[in-house]
Amino acid sequence: MDAIKTSSLTKYYGKALGITDMNLTVKQGDFFGFIGPNGAGKSTTIRTLLGLISPTGGSAQILGTDITGQKEELLSRVGYMPSEASFYRNMRVRDIIKFSAGLRRKDCRKEAERLCGRLELDTGKRIRELSLGNRKKVSIVCALQHKPELYILDEPTSGLDPLMQREFYTILKERNLDGATIFVSSHILSEIQHYCKHAAVIRKGRLLASDSTENLGHTDTKRVRLRGVCMPPKLPHIKDIRTDEDSVSFLYGGNPNELLKALSSLKLTDIAILEPDLEEIFMHYYTEEEP
Amino acid sequence: MTLIKHELKCGRTTLLIWTAVISFMLSICILIYPEMDTQMGDISSMFAEMGSFSAAFGMDKLNFGEFMGFFGVECGNILGLGGAFFAALSGILILSKEEKEHTAEFLLTHPVSRRSVVFQKLASVMLQIVILNVITAAVTIISIHMIGEDFESRLLFLLFLAYFILQIEIASVCFGMSAFLSHGGPGIGLGIAALLYFLNIIANLSDNAEFLKYITPFGYTESADIISGKSLNTEYLAVGLVFTAIGIGAGIYRYCKKDILS
Repeated sequence: MDAIKTSSLTKYYGKALGITDMNLTVKQGDFFGFIGPNGAGKSTTIRTLLGLISPTGGSAQILGTDITGQKEELLSRVGYMPSEASFYRNMRVRDIIKFSAGLRRKDCRKEAERLCGRLELDTGKRIRELSLGNRKKVSIVCALQHKPELYILDEPTSGLDPLMQREFYTILKERNLDGATIFVSSHILSEIQHYCKHAAVIRKGRLLASDSTENLGHTDTKRVRLRGVCMPPKLPHIKDIRTDEDSVSFLYGGNPNELLKALSSLKLTDIAILEPDLEEIFMHYYTEEEP
Repeated sequence: MTLIKHELKCGRTTLLIWTAVISFMLSICILIYPEMDTQMGDISSMFAEMGSFSAAFGMDKLNFGEFMGFFGVECGNILGLGGAFFAALSGILILSKEEKEHTAEFLLTHPVSRRSVVFQKLASVMLQIVILNVITAAVTIISIHMIGEDFESRLLFLLFLAYFILQIEIASVCFGMSAFLSHGGPGIGLGIAALLYFLNIIANLSDNAEFLKYITPFGYTESADIISGKSLNTEYLAVGLVFTAIGIGAGIYRYCKKDILS
C-alpha cells in the first residue's frame, strides 16, 4: 500500500495556480523528501492532502483512504507539522500538548514527556514567551507524541539550531526504522540528501522529478573545475559559471568528447570533473526553462 | 467535549469581565431604586410625556414610578445592550479567530471533523451566554431582595428569557458571519449589535418603521410590551428564530466547505 498517492491532483486559487496535474507516490515505510522553492506548491500539496483545502481536480489517497472520505480516521494516523508553528498564545506548552492529545482522544503523556526531554523543551512556558525554534519543538511534540503511521512535515527544521536539527532527524530515523513513513518538505537539500531515501522536485505547481535521492543526484550533467584559466571554453550546455582569480567552475550537460576537445586547447594547471551535488541539480531544475 | 472545554477556558476572562460589568451595573441600578423612588414624585409622568424620546425607549407605556417599570427601562438597556455586545463578540470571533491567529491549521489537522469543530464552538458560545444570564439573573434577584421590593417573578423571567433569546439570535447571526471571515471582525459584531439596537429605537419612533421590529431582536425584548402584555411577541420571536437558524446553518455550511488558508 502507498502511504501517499495523488492522481492528477490540481488546485487553483481562483485563477491563480497552486498545483497542477500532480502525480506523486510515496511508498509506505519510505523517508521521502519534497523539494521546491517558496511558492512552488509544496504547502498547497500538503494542505490539500490534509483536507485543509479542497482540490480543484484529481484525487489523492493517504494510507489507502481517499482524502475526501473519512478524514477523522485518516488524520488519527497522521502526524502533521506545519511550516509556521502557530498556537494559542496564552496557553502553556504543556496545555497545548495535552490539548493536542485530547483532540486525538489518546493518553500520550509518557511519549510527550520523553520527546520534551530529548528536545529540551520547557513545558511551563507560555507560547507567547517562546522563540520560533521553541515553538517548532512544540509542533514536533504535537506531531510525534501519538506515534502515527505517517508523518507529514512541512519545513520542519527552520528555526531549529543545528544540534536540535540533528536530534530531530535522529528521532525521525528511529520512527522510520519502526515502520513509519516520513514525508518531509525542505529547502535544505543537504538534509534531503542525507536522510531521505526518495525525493520529488516541484516547481511552479508541477512535479518535475520523483526518484531515489541517489538517482536524482546522478545526472549527465557534471561539475567541471578548471585551474589556470578564468573563462570556460566556448561550448553549448554550460551553466552556473563561477569564476575566481585563476580558476573557473561550471556545470556541463553536453557531449563529453566536445568538452575534452575544447579543454585540450587550454593551458590548465589542474582539472576536476565531478558529480554535482543535489543542491546543484536542484538549481538546475529551477533554472531550466519550462517546455 | 475537548474543544468546548478549551473554548470555555480561552474565553473565561472575557466572560468574567462582561458578566461582572453587566451584573454590577444591574445591581447598582436596582440598589439605587429606593432612593430614586422617594424622589420620583411626578418624574414618572414627566418621562411619559417626553413624546418621541419616551416612545423610543418605551417609557410612554411604562410607569417609571413602579419597580418593574423602572427595571424594564433601565435594566433592560443594560442587559439588552451589554448582552447583545457580548453575544455579538463571542459569535463573530469564535470561528474567524482561528484563521486570524493561524491556529486553524493546528486545530483542523487533528482527527476532529469540521462539523464537530463547528458544533463544539457553537456550543461553547451558547454555554457562555447561559452562564452570563444565569449569573446576571441571580445577581438581579439577590439585589431586588436586598432592597425589599416586590416583583412579579413571571415578568422578570419573561424579560430575562427575551434577552437570552436575543443574545442567542445575535450570537448565531454573528457566528454565521464568522465562518465567512478570515481576519477577526469584532468591529463588525459590535456594529451589528448597535445597528439592531438603533433599528428598534427607530421602529419605536415611527409607525411607518414598525416593520423593523421583525428584523431586530430588540423588537421582542421591548420591556414595555412584555410588562404590559405579560407575554413575548410570538411573531417577532418566530422571525428571530428563523434568523437564528439561518445564521447557524450558514456558519456550518460555509465552515465545512471553506479552504483554510495559511
